[in-house]
Amino acid sequence: MKVKKITYAQAVAEAIDEEMQRDNDVILLGEDVGILGGNFKATVGLYEKYGEWRVRDTPISENSFTGLGLGAALTGLRPIVEIMFGDFLMLALDQIGNQAAKIRYMSGGQAKVPLTIRTTLGGGRSSAAQHSQSLQALVCHIPGLKVVVPSSAAEAKGLLKTAIRDDNPVIFFENKMEYNKIYEVPEEEYTIPFGVANILREGEDITIVGTSNQALNALKAAEELTKEGIEAEIIDPRTLVPLDKNTIIKSVKKTGRLLIVDEGYERCGAAGEIAMSILKDVFYYLDGPIERLTTANLPLPFSPVLEFPIIPDEKKIYQKAKEMVKG
Amino acid sequence: MKSKFKEIKSYDLDKEKVLKMYQDMLKIRYFENKITDLYSKGLMPGLAHLYIGEEAVAVGVCTNLTERDFAVSTHRGHGHLIAQGADLKKMMAEVLGKETGYCKGKSGSMHIMDVSKGILGANGIVGAGIPIATGSAYSAKLRGTDQVTISFFGEAASNQGTFHESINMAAAWKLPVVYICENNLYGISVDIRKVTATKDLAVRAKAYNIPGVVVDGNDVLEVYKVTKEAVERARKGEGPSLIECKTYRWKGHHVGDPGKVYRLEKETEEWKERCPIKTFRERLIKEKILSEEELSLIEKNTKEMIKEAADFAIQSPYPDEKEAYEDLFVEEKGVEVK
Repeated sequence: MKVKKITYAQAVAEAIDEEMQRDNDVILLGEDVGILGGNFKATVGLYEKYGEWRVRDTPISENSFTGLGLGAALTGLRPIVEIMFGDFLMLALDQIGNQAAKIRYMSGGQAKVPLTIRTTLGGGRSSAAQHSQSLQALVCHIPGLKVVVPSSAAEAKGLLKTAIRDDNPVIFFENKMEYNKIYEVPEEEYTIPFGVANILREGEDITIVGTSNQALNALKAAEELTKEGIEAEIIDPRTLVPLDKNTIIKSVKKTGRLLIVDEGYERCGAAGEIAMSILKDVFYYLDGPIERLTTANLPLPFSPVLEFPIIPDEKKIYQKAKEMVKG
Repeated sequence: MKSKFKEIKSYDLDKEKVLKMYQDMLKIRYFENKITDLYSKGLMPGLAHLYIGEEAVAVGVCTNLTERDFAVSTHRGHGHLIAQGADLKKMMAEVLGKETGYCKGKSGSMHIMDVSKGILGANGIVGAGIPIATGSAYSAKLRGTDQVTISFFGEAASNQGTFHESINMAAAWKLPVVYICENNLYGISVDIRKVTATKDLAVRAKAYNIPGVVVDGNDVLEVYKVTKEAVERARKGEGPSLIECKTYRWKGHHVGDPGKVYRLEKETEEWKERCPIKTFRERLIKEKILSEEELSLIEKNTKEMIKEAADFAIQSPYPDEKEAYEDLFVEEKGVEVK
């Protein structure tokens, strides 16, 4: 397989570009997605290529431009709405949660809503409490939304193309800390299906499920754990809704241990949900309790010395996994 | 309020269209009288928000639409749906929560949609339909069609952020949408005059550099006329308009709400005197457009249509319990809901 080296932001832009080229109904709208090429440079070049009607810089009106995307989706277009920071999802929650998520169901299956909402998650940039949250659990809670949490650039590209082609509302969480990192991405066109987890590394001693780039952190931790004689199996679920429970269940039956790493808050979070949703199937195979590593139930503080200790990282994964296996 | 009615002939409408307008208003009135009756008999689950007294707005506006146009409705949506030609049987069945309803019993009165007719849904969240209508207009413009979208909402929704955010975008990009503000004075119990300083809400159009017009919402022909101008403007690519229709809801906020605590009976009675259907009927006779006999026949036929719709709904089965698990996602079998 031929690969090229590009940044995560470029991979996102490529996915959008390819889909806009493939289908004239695909449009992109959001704050600064046009002339600037996106606050995180993930839409560079699209405005110049497709013009202002297909790449629309919007006013700062998250709820209404999300609703505008929804109205366009109901009437023949396939919009991608960018909500710059995941924290701003809260400004658009009515259109996302009460409208987009429910219109197909409320209409008895008449309507379809091919709407992709791209947003971000992830702390670690000293952006403080309103620009650092990982709010994937917030939207997972609402039936009718698919929720994607890609890890690497190649994953983001393949999953975003699937999201855009999906006829349902999809909330797609890009990781702010990944945008500028360079990854290997396949040269040829590809898509990645929803609901199929990716086993990044096989191991016998513990299963670590990591969402978004926590899957990559877990992979790094696994290399260190090998030195301790611990072989970790790393699973990237890719999508939280739908969730590939079977891959996780199969793995935990083999390893007997499960650590779930998710950068969302702990309380009512994705990690707890994953644990509970598989517990019944793995209960008699477990050698110890399922554990989770998440962001503490706190607003994200500004100072790096305050921020980093409360979010999961490679070292915390290593420590926790070691504890779980060795006691 | 003194009548300012102009001669019917002065409006560019043929007899057939005038007759249809009268009948559409009747359909709305009779439909809602019937569901009030079904509600009182315990045949209707939940609630419905009644449009009685406001019929001239929906009919005056929708008379301007073609089959290809779109409209987004509100929680008080029966009138808009009927005026756009929604199927009465499917509507009635939906209101009763039956399998044969528009949405197979999943929407009830408040979320009825008919995508095939461009009815993009009644909506239970006040002001939430405004951005959706704006997006529909964006879509029409981008797709290069001449489709127009009507955005219906009440006066209370004009104080939601979505009203301002959406009109701002529609004005900036000259989108083919007509914003119809149905000012029936009360948001549940809150009198708009107590929470808003301007007498007219249409003045807000000025802030967005689009036309804003106030019209007697109980005069179906005037509503028709001002909407016609706005629809033509939208079709020509000249952008959105805001039309404020002054009207009144005769009933409470919903079936079962007497609607008397927060407003004076005298006020309600005065508005009832200005009944949009009664006054239109009187004009039709006075100006010899339709005879008493013709009108009586329309009334009889319309009553029969509503009775048939109600009978159909009552006799229809309820959906199977399994129906609750269908239609969440497009995939045939759906994505696992648990």
